[in-house]
Order: sequence, then structure tokens, then C-alpha cells
Amino acid sequence: MENPTLDFLYLIAIVLFIVGLKGLSHPESARRGNLLAAAGMILGIIITLFYPFGNTPNNYGWIAAGAAVGGIIGYLAAIKVKMTKMPEMVSIFNGFGGACTMLIAITEFKTLPPGTEFMSGQVLTIIFSLFIGSVAFSGSFVAFGKLDGFLRDSIKLPAPQLFNGILLLGIIVISGYIMSMDELNYTYVLILLLLSILYGITFVLPIGGGDMPVVISLLNSFTGLGAAGAGLIYGNQVMIVGGILVGASGTFLTILMCEAMNRSLINVIIGGLGATTLSGDSSREKVYREATHGDTAILLKYSQKVMIVPGYGLAVAQAQHACQDLESMLEKEGVQVYYGIHPVAGRMPGHMNVLLAEADVPYEKLLEMDDSNGELPTTDVVLVIGANDVVNPAAKEDEGSPIYGMPIIDVEMAKNVIVMKRSMRTGYAGIDNPLFYGEKTKMLFGDAKDSLNKLKAEITNA
Amino acid sequence: MDVILNFISENIVMIYILVLAIFLGMEVISNVPAVLHTPLMSGANAVSGVVIIGAIWLIRNAEPDNYFVLIIGFFGIAMATINVIGGFAVTNRMLEMFKKKKKN
Repeated sequence: MENPTLDFLYLIAIVLFIVGLKGLSHPESARRGNLLAAAGMILGIIITLFYPFGNTPNNYGWIAAGAAVGGIIGYLAAIKVKMTKMPEMVSIFNGFGGACTMLIAITEFKTLPPGTEFMSGQVLTIIFSLFIGSVAFSGSFVAFGKLDGFLRDSIKLPAPQLFNGILLLGIIVISGYIMSMDELNYTYVLILLLLSILYGITFVLPIGGGDMPVVISLLNSFTGLGAAGAGLIYGNQVMIVGGILVGASGTFLTILMCEAMNRSLINVIIGGLGATTLSGDSSREKVYREATHGDTAILLKYSQKVMIVPGYGLAVAQAQHACQDLESMLEKEGVQVYYGIHPVAGRMPGHMNVLLAEADVPYEKLLEMDDSNGELPTTDVVLVIGANDVVNPAAKEDEGSPIYGMPIIDVEMAKNVIVMKRSMRTGYAGIDNPLFYGEKTKMLFGDAKDSLNKLKAEITNA
Repeated sequence: MDVILNFISENIVMIYILVLAIFLGMEVISNVPAVLHTPLMSGANAVSGVVIIGAIWLIRNAEPDNYFVLIIGFFGIAMATINVIGGFAVTNRMLEMFKKKKKN
């Protein structure tokens, strides 16, 4: 059963995972890191395919069929998906990983040899994997539904925290009961499975749609823990280390993301955003002024320095290319153009950087939040395109606001602010934005792409 | 209590590995800039597809007429492969865009 050469190769796979993740956290080495981690995965899979377990049936046909189906679906999804849909894609992929852990745990119960002692670490590990895999599976699909918009935030459970508490207690009781049995009654395993799947749903459902990226990151770390649990079942070090690496780094990343929004993880899980009643108490009078495309074009053309602050609205309208066109037109007119990128602009931290990179915006033009705020006092016009919460002054002046304390790009330091938006509706967090009623602000209504194209035409004519 | 102590002593090496890996996981990504949060999440997500190894183990050890395990294993492998291939491919696609941008 033991094979020193293959065991050593497993260690190399583990090292590749570690070096890969390390590489992924630095811009210069990120791509190589991803490829190294992938190489580690391929190595781990090949070793497992040919590891001499003894006289096993192998069933390679079934393995090849499953891998072919999954490989084709996964590859097509990865090359076809729009960059704007990245959070949705990651949540689906994660759901499938969780589902695999769940399925392994279900079959492990079925294949326990007769006479197995149920009050054992082994059974506890299987129960743990079953629970965590199911939660990652159903939770990820609910998160996907919320991001995609077919599950609305308005779907609410009465007293969700109490309900989840009772459900979790039920899961612990059933698990204890399974472990106290002398002989396996599979019905209880199925009840445990259903309760765990239900918990995944009711865990994610009360959390506001704006917090889904944090939730996906958390569920991602769950999938890692589930994989580590399955690794304990088989005594496989690659699964344990790979799974725990994802579990720990995922948890850490989740906390970093919460910090970027100045919120605690508990606050996110209990449903701070969207669930609280909105104070909306702003000292500002709710009167806004509208701009025309013609005015805006002239304003832009005769400016020295323009900053574009993009948000998810830009991505939804697929306007990143039109935005890049406008930028190069203005540059030809001698206007300096920068992009001010908030760390959580878009639907995920770093999402906006990916989208603008796709549209060939040069790296040097993207300013991080602190640099943006440094440039703003000398900026003539700020063009806010489809961003809302990340430029909301309520974050610094309204203590009752759910986003109070979140660092923002303080666009009101500039001389003029043009907000391009479809309507006066609130942003993803569902909070009113006093910026729109500010003295320096003018609203330019319409679809971001249409508006940008009109601006381009007006600049040519002006 | 005995059960727990037995489990710990039988699996002491695994538990050592597990605990050390927790610290390693946090250390490895401790200085990640916000720009890379999305690709890192997607890459780590692909690594969590390592559970595919368990599914392969499961099928290889299943009796050829045990269709319950074989069919579940088939779906397990298919879904884990989506996670692995899709995850690494999409991460690579994202990171390629950063590379292209730097050349300009």
C-alpha cells in the first residue's frame, strides 16, 4: 500500500500549492503562481490515479467519463464568461467543489465496513465533511442567485438568526445521535444531509446582496475545510494541506475584505447592510441638478485634469471600452485623465481593475483610493460612472448610515462632479446618496454606454 | 474521552500537519493588495477542488457492480473537475489581462 516515491511526489504537489498561492498574492508573480498551483493539482491527480492501493477495481472508465464531462463544462464556462460575471462564476465553481465533498461524505457512510465503531473520530470527520460540504454547496448557489438577481433581498425569513440557531442545534443533535448508534440507520444520514443543505440556504439568504463577495470568500474557505475533512477520512496529505491552505487563506481574505469596507465579519453575517432601517438623515436638501451631454462635453474638453470613478454600473452597461475611448479622446485634447479605483468598486474587491484591464486601460492611469484622494483637490472634473456607495459622503458625515466609517473616494474635493447614472435609485447597498444633492454635483442620466458615446460625439463637434 | 484521545494519538501526524497548515495559509497571503483579491479568491477556489483526489480514490476502490458509489463518484469527479479546470482557467484569463495592460 505504501510507495515512497509517490508519497514524495505528493509532497511536491503540496509545495506547488504553497508556492502558487504565495505567487498569487503579488502582482508580478500572480500568473506564474496560478500556473504552479494548477501544476500541483495535476501532479496530485496523476499520482492518485496510479497510486498502487493494492488489487483495486480502478474503474478508470467512470473516472475518465466524469473528468471529461466536468472538464469540458468547466473550460467552456471559464473562457465564455463575461468578466463582469466573475463573482457569479466563482460562486458556482465553489458550489460544485462543496457538492463533491458532500457526495464523498454520503458514500463514505454507505461504505463503512460492518462493525464500525460510530463513536469515533473517523465518523465525526465524515459528519463534519458532510455538513460543511453541503453548506458550501447550497450556500454558494444562493449567493449566485442573489448576485444574478433572481433571488431578491426582499425574500426574508422571520427571525433568521433564531431560525438558524435552532437549525444548527438540530444538526448537532442528529450528529450526536448518529454517533451513538450501534448500527447505521441511513435515514438519519439523509436527515443530516437535508438539514445541512437547508442551513446553507438560510445562512446566506438573510445577508444583503452587496455583501455576497464576502460570503463567497467565506464559503470558499468552507469548501477548503470540507476538502481537508475528506483528506482526513482518506489520510491524504495533499487534500489536508490543500484544503486547510484554502480554508485559512480564505478566512483571512474574508476578513481583509470586511476591513476594506470597515465592517466586521459578524456584522456582515448578521446582515448589517440592507437589513437595518436606513436613517437617510442628511442635512442636505434633496434637490439635484441635471446636466446635458453638451455641457458635460465642453466642461470635459476644456479641463486640465479629469478623474473617472467607475463602479459596477459601468460594468453592467459594458461601457468599459467606450470609457477608454473617451479617455483617449480627452488625452488628445491635452486633458490629463486618471481613474480613481476604490478597493471594493465593482462587485468584488479588485474587480474593477480586471474590467479596465480588459478594456486596455494603461496600468499607470489607475490610482488607488489614497492616491485618488491626493489628486482630487487639483482635479477639475470628476466623472462618476455607475458608482454609488464608494463615493457616498454619508460614509463620513452620517453616523446613522450603515456604511458610516467606510473609506470613500471623496469626489467633492474636486471642482466639479458629474454623476452618470440611470436614475435616482439607490446603489447596491440600498442607501441614499447625499452626493447627488451636493453643490458641485450635476446628474447626467442615461445608460452609461449611451451617455459615453454621446459625450464622444459632442466632444468631436465642440 | 477515550475515543477522542485515541483518535488524536492515531492521527497525531495529520493533526500536526493540519495545525501548521492553518498558520501557513494565513501567512502566505498576508500581504495581498486589493487589486488581487478577485484573482486570489478564484485561484484559491480552484485549489479547493483538490477534493477531486478523494473522488478518484472513492471510484478506484469501488466494486464494479456498486452503482451507488460509481454514479455518485462520477458526479463527484465531474463537479470537482468543473471547479478545478474552470477555476484555474478563469484565473489565468483574468491575470492575462493584467499582463497585457502592463506591456502598453
